[in-house]
Amino acid sequence: MSSLDKKDVAKVASLARIKMSDEELEKYGPQLSNIIQFVEQLAEVDTDNVEPLASVVDLNLSLRTDEVTDGNIQEDILANAPETLEGFFVVPKVVE
Amino acid sequence: MINLTHMTMAEAIKGLKNKDFTSVEITRAHIEAMEAAKHLNAYITETPELALKQAQESDKRRAGGNAGELEGIPLGIKDLFCTRNVQTTAGSHILEGFTPKYESTVTQKLWDAGAVMLGKLNLDEFAMGSANTTSYYGNVINPWRRDGEPNTDLVPGGSSGGSASATAAHLCMAATGTDTGGSIRQPASFCGITGIKPTYGRCSRWGIVAFSSSLDQAGAFARNVEDAAILLKSMCGHDPKDSTSAKKDVPDFAAALADQDIKGLKVGIPKEYRMDGMPEEIEKLWDQGVEWMKDAGAEIVDVSLPHTKYALPTYYIIAPAECSSNLARYDGVRYGLRVEGEDLNDTYSNTRAAGFGDEVKRRIMIGTYALSSGYYDAYYIKAQKVRHLISEDFMKAYEKCDVLLTPTAPSAAFAIGENEDDPIKMYLNDIFTVPASLAGLPGMSVPAGLDANGLPLGLQILGRPWDEETVLRVSQSIEKAANFTAKPALLQEKQAA
Repeated sequence: MSSLDKKDVAKVASLARIKMSDEELEKYGPQLSNIIQFVEQLAEVDTDNVEPLASVVDLNLSLRTDEVTDGNIQEDILANAPETLEGFFVVPKVVE
Repeated sequence: MINLTHMTMAEAIKGLKNKDFTSVEITRAHIEAMEAAKHLNAYITETPELALKQAQESDKRRAGGNAGELEGIPLGIKDLFCTRNVQTTAGSHILEGFTPKYESTVTQKLWDAGAVMLGKLNLDEFAMGSANTTSYYGNVINPWRRDGEPNTDLVPGGSSGGSASATAAHLCMAATGTDTGGSIRQPASFCGITGIKPTYGRCSRWGIVAFSSSLDQAGAFARNVEDAAILLKSMCGHDPKDSTSAKKDVPDFAAALADQDIKGLKVGIPKEYRMDGMPEEIEKLWDQGVEWMKDAGAEIVDVSLPHTKYALPTYYIIAPAECSSNLARYDGVRYGLRVEGEDLNDTYSNTRAAGFGDEVKRRIMIGTYALSSGYYDAYYIKAQKVRHLISEDFMKAYEKCDVLLTPTAPSAAFAIGENEDDPIKMYLNDIFTVPASLAGLPGMSVPAGLDANGLPLGLQILGRPWDEETVLRVSQSIEKAANFTAKPALLQEKQAA
């Protein structure tokens, strides 16, 4: 049975890009461990020779023509951005 | 004088056609009802001005002889459907103020059919929850009350709690919802109304804020089976913008209800759903449902769905895994909240820490863990394999029967705050709805009786893939036998006043 200690939770939170205080790391540890232990029941199911099911609908994905179907909507795309400049999204400086 | 908020949608469609009243009149009546029931917190964003404008246009279209199938009908829209120029929050702080520049395919279809939007309905944050207590915009309150407990606020179920509460309280004629693991059927049961989730692929997911893409499916809430059938028809259909939407003709669901005879139909009773510790009244209601089916001439067949007990653990790997991937888009760059940090990574982490609530963080972290290197096969692939077995269970059962009859939820609505101490306890609410979601099957909840406290309980009818018509016909048969006429406390008070 897996259980997540504070260090594990910190690693997962960092992978998920969610900042967490020490207090939160303590709080989520047991909760996540409980859920992980709950889902680990699956280990008892015999799934040899069973294919993973990714989609329930028996659909053949169809190809569409490779052509532009919209465009010229720069304003719409930027309309909800927290910060824009001259038609671009603005992010904090990435390269020193 | 007709009460304009108390008719069924079918009656309203007829009355509008006969010019007994106008869409503006019905719309105004609903806006007044919304004003008077703000304490339910069913709507996150009310759009009365837009609604009246749409209603006026609708009345004009009708006068011009161009009435659509939902012409002039005022609806509530779950705030998970993107609506052009109307704030769409998904119940989350991270999307507060987000105002899409496009319309979801499903809502576009409703407006094309002539419907009117009253507003955006509250929901659990990103549709993650079973009690509508995880919304950043506050809890939704169920219009029903336990007998003798007029001051105890009950949950409406979730995640489509606002849709269920508003429909039950007559704050809209019907509403859209989405169902990932039970988010239409369970709240419908808690609020004493009907709710149908069609087969995965019936409705386009384009423009619906994504939670778990292999499970999410839109559906309809209404106060009876016929209205749900009418609304559902206008929501369905192939959409090139969603590669998982099916290229199938949409049946006239309401027309299928004309055939009320279910004689000879085989109704399966899955033995694994008779769980240890199931409340006696739920079992009694289920037995009653079986009797109603027999009385209607259906044949009862015992069936087995052997992997039922693994459905919830499977769901709680697949849904969080897909959610962690889908919600990676909330980075504070292109839309929504941004909380600045020292560098880009810090900005991401600050934004997501401030923008997501507890339950969403929990699920993102479970999903991130399940998908992380070294665990992917043990959790995610394993869950997909068990999902295959769960789906096969249903297909085998459908060799022996046409539909399945089960309770919708293991309890009636509970009080706000109950079941909150342990996430898994909350997850058990969806024990009867999750398996069919994993298999992508159509399912409907119909109000069938009251518990000892006077609260509604629903029965669930599950069908074969693409066979919503039989689900609806059996639901109608139960509706007729149950003759469910009880009304929520809120409406009784109003009528007494």
